[in-house]
Amino acid sequence: MRPVRKNSAGLSAVMLLTAGLLAAALSACAPGAPGGTGGAPGTGNAAASGTSGGSRLSGKLTVFAAASLKSAFTRLADEFERRNPGTEVVLSFAGSSDLVTQISQGAPADVFASADSKNMAKLQEASLVGDPINFATNTLEIAVPPGNPASISTFADLARPGVKAVVCASQVPCGAAADRIEKATGTALKPVSEESSVTDVLGKVASGEADAGLVYVTDVKNAGDKVEGIPFPEASQAVNTYPVAAVGTTRNRELAAAFISLVTGSDGQKTLADAGFGAP
Amino acid sequence: MRRRRTDYTGIPAWIYAAAAVGGLLVLLPVAAMAARVNWPQFLPLITSEPSLTALGLSLRTSAASTALCIILGVPLALVLARATFPGQRLLRSFVLLPLVLPPVVGGIALLYTFGRQGLLGRNLELLGIQVAFSTAAVVLAQTFVALPFLVVSLEGALRTAGGRYEAVAATLGARPGTVLRRVTVPLVLPGLASGAVLSFARGLGEFGATLTFAGSLQGVTRTLPLEIYLQRETDADAAVALSLVLVAVAVTVVALSYRGPRRTGTAARTTAAHASGGSVQ
Repeated sequence: MRPVRKNSAGLSAVMLLTAGLLAAALSACAPGAPGGTGGAPGTGNAAASGTSGGSRLSGKLTVFAAASLKSAFTRLADEFERRNPGTEVVLSFAGSSDLVTQISQGAPADVFASADSKNMAKLQEASLVGDPINFATNTLEIAVPPGNPASISTFADLARPGVKAVVCASQVPCGAAADRIEKATGTALKPVSEESSVTDVLGKVASGEADAGLVYVTDVKNAGDKVEGIPFPEASQAVNTYPVAAVGTTRNRELAAAFISLVTGSDGQKTLADAGFGAP
Repeated sequence: MRRRRTDYTGIPAWIYAAAAVGGLLVLLPVAAMAARVNWPQFLPLITSEPSLTALGLSLRTSAASTALCIILGVPLALVLARATFPGQRLLRSFVLLPLVLPPVVGGIALLYTFGRQGLLGRNLELLGIQVAFSTAAVVLAQTFVALPFLVVSLEGALRTAGGRYEAVAATLGARPGTVLRRVTVPLVLPGLASGAVLSFARGLGEFGATLTFAGSLQGVTRTLPLEIYLQRETDADAAVALSLVLVAVAVTVVALSYRGPRRTGTAARTTAAHASGGSVQ
């Protein structure tokens, strides 16, 4: 018994060592890790025009936002820090339901921006957030690989035999939206895959694995020339509304309110529109 | 000399404390998860139709990928343990790569190999074979991540067994094929078995590469880990219940693999012990 144990211990030691060496070698090749989240370095120049009147804002604000808000909120956070020197905005992006789970488990968030009302409602029921304000909408669009190899032009084309269509699973908001459109139009899609996130759908399309995918307008815009977007009129059957709210346990209520008013104010709305979001 | 070394068990007391913390780090989260299981609903949750489909698919694909691991991994381990050729160390490092790679990276690599636009995928497409979004893609992803487990176990077993019996067989006139079949394989069978079981367990838990490469469709590519990930979006109870099933299967499988070697014959054991004593130093 013993010798065998010793043998396996030796073996796993060798294995670990090899794995460790490999990892070290690999990380040595990698360039220095770039900076983390959108916490921009102190661009705090004198351009700070005290827009948000009253007392001077300072401190750290943690914003949990739906993954689709990444580019818009990164820009808004930079803007917020520039206007309010001495503040720091830390952004965390993930699927809305992941963020809800994290906040319910006590994650230190000050502001929560959800990609749908359903996830915000979960936190409202648990009295974990203040009153939400709707600040944007998003609709679905068909994404196809560059060149549109399967010649997709309408929503009904997705159901054509031989077309490899990828959608979100109905458990996640983008899939629920796709379901609603299917029901409203009487089209039954036969997707080759039902992904857990819109990012995965986009990845399958961008890599050319799928002929078409249902994603948000903003995702197509973000992906640049990696995919082509095909808007379709039936998308208006399923409009996702994005609510934002201050988290109840926030220690910096003023800062949270100031950030929310930036998002809902005219400058924030312009940034969101640039990213492809619709008005609430 | 061997005896003295193996019988010495003097471990400083503080080591036990550190070991206990290490053990707890693994056990506590599993226990915490078990505590959250909605027991009255447990059976209905794990026997729902999507759950059973996912479990069945997981078991079938893991079995297939284990078979592939054996078919591809045994020759690989033999070559690594017995042959000498330039670039051998490099080959070993690359075979072990999936152990340390994030599975998502593996999925991306597979996508650019077997995907529609991939290196081989383009040619396969011409032959009418489509890997993407098929169950074959799941098996490929699982094989990719599980292969090192088999190769490492078997190569270790081959090295500890040494080549003496094989040399004797060869001097008695056995050809290489016969030596392999009659001496080498029986000698390292326990190592092969534990390697296969570990690959099976790794295949069962495969998530990242499958998600990136194979997609997720009920009955075709949505294995149990993918089903758990999806259920978590809406039904935390179902996700926890299914997680516990996966833990139970994994524990059973790993327990089986560690029981295996102890039941082997004394001769192989002694040889293994001897050789491993050397390799440890």
